[in-house]
Amino acid sequence: MHILLRGRDIDNIKQLDVYEGHGGFVGMKKALAMTPAEVIDVVKASGLRGRGGAGFPTGVKWSFIPQHEPVKYVTVNADESETGTFKDREIMEENPYQLIEGSLICAYAIQAKAIYIYLRGEFWDIGDQLDECIEALRAKGYVGENIMGSGYDCEVYTHLGAGAYICGEESALLNSLEGYLGQPRVRPPFPAQKGGGLYKEATVVNNVETLANVPFILSEGADAFKAIGTEQSTGNKIYCVSGHVKRPDNYELPMGTTFRELLYDHAGGPLYEDRPFKAMLPSGGSGPIVPLTDEVLDTPMSYEDCANIGTIIGSASIIVMDETVDMTWVASKVTKFFAHESCGKCTPCREGTYWLDKVIDRILDGRGSPDDVKRIADVAENMAGTTLCALGDFAANPIIHTIRHFPDDFAQHVQT
Amino acid sequence: MAIIGNPKYAERIDHHLAKYETKRSAVMPLLFIAQEEYGWVNPEGISEVAQILNLDPTQVKSIAGFYTMYSEQPKGKYWLQVCTDLPCALKGADEFHAWLKEELGVEEGGTTKDGLFTVEHVMCLAACDKAPMLQCNFRYVENLDQDKMRELLAKWRLEAAQAANGRG
Repeated sequence: MHILLRGRDIDNIKQLDVYEGHGGFVGMKKALAMTPAEVIDVVKASGLRGRGGAGFPTGVKWSFIPQHEPVKYVTVNADESETGTFKDREIMEENPYQLIEGSLICAYAIQAKAIYIYLRGEFWDIGDQLDECIEALRAKGYVGENIMGSGYDCEVYTHLGAGAYICGEESALLNSLEGYLGQPRVRPPFPAQKGGGLYKEATVVNNVETLANVPFILSEGADAFKAIGTEQSTGNKIYCVSGHVKRPDNYELPMGTTFRELLYDHAGGPLYEDRPFKAMLPSGGSGPIVPLTDEVLDTPMSYEDCANIGTIIGSASIIVMDETVDMTWVASKVTKFFAHESCGKCTPCREGTYWLDKVIDRILDGRGSPDDVKRIADVAENMAGTTLCALGDFAANPIIHTIRHFPDDFAQHVQT
Repeated sequence: MAIIGNPKYAERIDHHLAKYETKRSAVMPLLFIAQEEYGWVNPEGISEVAQILNLDPTQVKSIAGFYTMYSEQPKGKYWLQVCTDLPCALKGADEFHAWLKEELGVEEGGTTKDGLFTVEHVMCLAACDKAPMLQCNFRYVENLDQDKMRELLAKWRLEAAQAANGRG
C-alpha cells in the first residue's frame, strides 16, 4: 500500500479535488480541532523519524520549538541532492498536496507564521507546480489567513536553490534562504532555538518525505502508522534503487523489509544475469559501503538493523554495484562529488577532499604506492568529526569503508 | 534591456521581494532573473540585483560564484549538463559524456563554434533511475543513448536554424 507514492495508485491526485476526494486534508482538519501540543503528541506517538537521513524522531524535533516565541518558521528541505536520491522529486511531482498538507500540520503544531519550501534549483518546474497548488489552496481558504476558519494564519512560499549539495544541510539551507553563502553555521544555537533558525527565529527543518507522512498519521492515527514497519523504525520508506539492477526505481515498502526482497523481488535482481552483486551504498554517497553478502541481503532495512551491519539506512538511496565494479573507482567517484560539493568553510573538509581526490586519481592511474592507500585512509580518518557539518564525515566514509571491505581493489593498482 | 524597469520582470521581482522578511533573501531568485535576461550572470545583472537589494555588487557576485546554476560566462544556446555521478556512471554516463564531447568537437565546458552547444558534466541531478541523463537549459532529458542524442541534436539544430531564419 502506498502512503506516499499515491500518484501511482490514483489518477490525477495532483488535482486538489481528487486529492480531497481520497482523504486529502482530513488530517489537517483533525489537527486544527486539536491543540498544537496534542498534534505533536500524535506525531511523537507514531514513532515517525526524519527521512532525510539522520532518522531523528520528528515529534521530538517539533517539541523543541519554544511555544512562547511569537515568530516561528517551518522550512521544508526539498534540496534532494544526495547521490542516488530521487524520492522527494516523485512525491512533489505526483502528490504535491500531501507535502503541503503535512507542512501545514507541522506549521500549526509549532504555530509557525510561514513555511518556506527550499527546492534544489533544478526542480524549478516542481516549484512552479507547488506555487500553483499554493494558490489553489489559498482560494479555498487552506492557506493564508484564518485557515479553514480556525483562526490560524500561515503563508507558504517556495524558494529555489541554485546547485549546491551543502544546502541540504539544515543550517546551510537557512543561510542560503537568507541570501548568504550556503555554508553551515556554528551550533548551538540550533535551528529549533531562538537565534538559530530562519531570520534568527525558532525553525523546524524537515525533509519532504518526513512531512508527506504526517497527513496519514493525523487522519489514520499514530497506531495505524506504528502498525507498519519495526518497533524502532515505523511506517513506510521510499527506497531509491539505482545502479546494476533490472528495475531501478522508487519503491515504497515498510521499514524493516529486507534488502533481498527489495533488490530481488522488486528491483529484479542483477542487471546482467552473469554478473552477481558485489556491493551497495545504502545511503547514497554519504553512508558506509557494504559488500552484498547473504548476511547483508537478509538484513531488514531499519535504523537499528542497518547499524548491526556497519552502515546506515539514511535516506535509503541504494546504489547497487555488480562484480565488474572496481571499488577504487567508486571511492574516486564519490570523493570527486564531495570535493566538488565541499563548501570551503572548514579546512579539514576543503583541503581533505581536494587531496583525497588527487591521491586516488594517482592510485587509479597506476602511479600510486601502497603508502598512498594508507595515506588516504589516514587523511579520511582525520577529517571525520572535525568539521561544522556532517559533510566532512560523509566524505571520509567512501575512503574508509571501501578500503576496509575491498582492500584487494586498491592493492591491484599499487603493485610494488 | 535591463531587469530594472523591465515590465517583463516587474511582477516577479515584486513577488520575490514580498515573500521574505529581508530584501537580501531575494538575491537568489533575482540572480535567476538576471541570468534569464542576459543569458548569463554578467556585471550589469550583478549590479542591478545589488541596486534592487541595497547590497554591494561584491556581495551579490559572491553568491553567484558559490552556486553552479549561475553561469559567470556566456554559454551556448543549448547548455548541456551531463550527470556523471556514480549511479549514472554505473550505467555508462562517463562514456556517454566523452562521446557527446567528441560528437560536438568540444572540450569539457567548451562551446561549439556555432555557439549552439556547451557541454559539461555535473553532479547528481536526482534522476538516477533514468541514466544516462542530462539537463538542457535546466530541463531534464532522461534514458539517453547515442541514437536518441543524435536525434535531439538534430532537432535542436533545426530549431535554432528556424529561429535564425525567422529573425532574418
